[in-house]
Amino acid sequence: MPDTVTTVPAGWALGAAAILGLLAAFAAVLDGVFTARAAGAGPSGLTRPLGEMARLMRQRRRTTVAADTLLWRIGSSGLLFMALMIVTVVPLGEWTLFDLDVGVMWFNAMDVLAWAFVWLTGWGANSVHSLVGGYRFLAHGLAYELPLMFALVAPAVAASSLNVGTVAAAQVDLWFVVWMPVAFLVYCTGVVAIAVWGPFTPALGSDIAGGVTAELSGVDRLVFQGGRYALLVAGAAFAVPMFLGGGAGPLLPGWAWVLVKTVALLAVFVWLRRRLPAFRPDLFMEVGWLVLLPAVLVQDLLVAVVVVWRT
Amino acid sequence: MITHISFWALAVVAVLAGAAVFYVNSMARASYALAVSFIAVGVQVLLLQQNYVGVVTILMMVMEMAVMAVYMVMFMGMNPALMPMSMVHDKRHALAAAVGSFVLLAAGAVLIPWPARRGRPPAGVTVALGEELMGPKMLVMGVVGAVMAATIVAGVVLAAHRTRYDRFGDDLRRRPAKDPQPGGVGR
Repeated sequence: MPDTVTTVPAGWALGAAAILGLLAAFAAVLDGVFTARAAGAGPSGLTRPLGEMARLMRQRRRTTVAADTLLWRIGSSGLLFMALMIVTVVPLGEWTLFDLDVGVMWFNAMDVLAWAFVWLTGWGANSVHSLVGGYRFLAHGLAYELPLMFALVAPAVAASSLNVGTVAAAQVDLWFVVWMPVAFLVYCTGVVAIAVWGPFTPALGSDIAGGVTAELSGVDRLVFQGGRYALLVAGAAFAVPMFLGGGAGPLLPGWAWVLVKTVALLAVFVWLRRRLPAFRPDLFMEVGWLVLLPAVLVQDLLVAVVVVWRT
Repeated sequence: MITHISFWALAVVAVLAGAAVFYVNSMARASYALAVSFIAVGVQVLLLQQNYVGVVTILMMVMEMAVMAVYMVMFMGMNPALMPMSMVHDKRHALAAAVGSFVLLAAGAVLIPWPARRGRPPAGVTVALGEELMGPKMLVMGVVGAVMAATIVAGVVLAAHRTRYDRFGDDLRRRPAKDPQPGGVGR
């Protein structure tokens, strides 16, 4: 693992977007397979995302009375934008698109955009159910956001840097996931939450007719759902330099290890969807503030003490 | 060159988005117009190579505007916030005050004889900025931060009409506590 990270020309952003798209498609296929398996006998589910994509591409847009179309479109396309912005600071082995000295803060700034985009998607349709969904997401947000922020503090303190490449390079001896597991778990909770995935799907709940997505149709729905998968990918990819040692690993080159680790964590995220119950927003609020936040603060304290003791 | 052009373009975006706050007729649009204005300023700070301050500005302002939109829609009277409504009142005085203060501040920024750069920027610009702003008062400011947080908590405790006796009963022994909103940990 080289200590220095090379910044590649901006044209490679297309390559990064392509990798993001491929991994998002992989996540969708995986989810399709899990769905088909849960349903029992029937088609394997491999082509499920393809069929859904074709259906949405030729579906006519649904319009609602007095919709705030501008904000609605911004919201529904925003998740994809967030994912693209996040992967710019994730080093793929030794290459990165944007070697920002405050890359960790950059991720944080991008992940709070979910508050705006998901709520705006709920607001824009001028529909009761989707607005209720938007508020459910914000209630989740009040519970997951602060623990997520403090979870990002732990690797940054341990590496004494906010630069993502430096954080990855600081793990040559021991991956951060090993000695800061609480921060890693809270981080994963946050990623699943910003993707409105798994336990955080009450915002899209069937009890409120699909919530935020109640009135979304056609291409808008496709971009929103694709954005959720892309956010899972981006979150998994960002976890690799933060907690999983970056490109460190035997035999394979750095970039390959980054991809392998990203795919592995992504598969776990997709799999978790069917394994965890939904977190009710009102109940999860207290879990976030009384369990997750103190736990991650104690984690930060331990990390800080270890770092001070080492130097 | 590109930096200069982007800086001025962002300045125009920031001012126009700020003006849009008063022009639009919905709470959501007003909040997010303000967010756009702040994001443009944050990117300008990034262009000034104060990366940490720039990214933190974007982070805090997006979150604040999200929270503001929520509270405005929730608490604006009998839900007029869900309907189109004017974002201004007392237009004439407000307009005069706004234009007057903008012209004053902008004139000050443009007309002041800015000193030429001496020496080179230090390696840690964020640290240097903090030292310059706070200097020897850093400790005082740190303590003030904790005092303010404690004041907020104390204020909420004093303002809440329910006390521990309402929650745990007169002998403070009732478990689980009687809350209007059931909690999530062990209840």
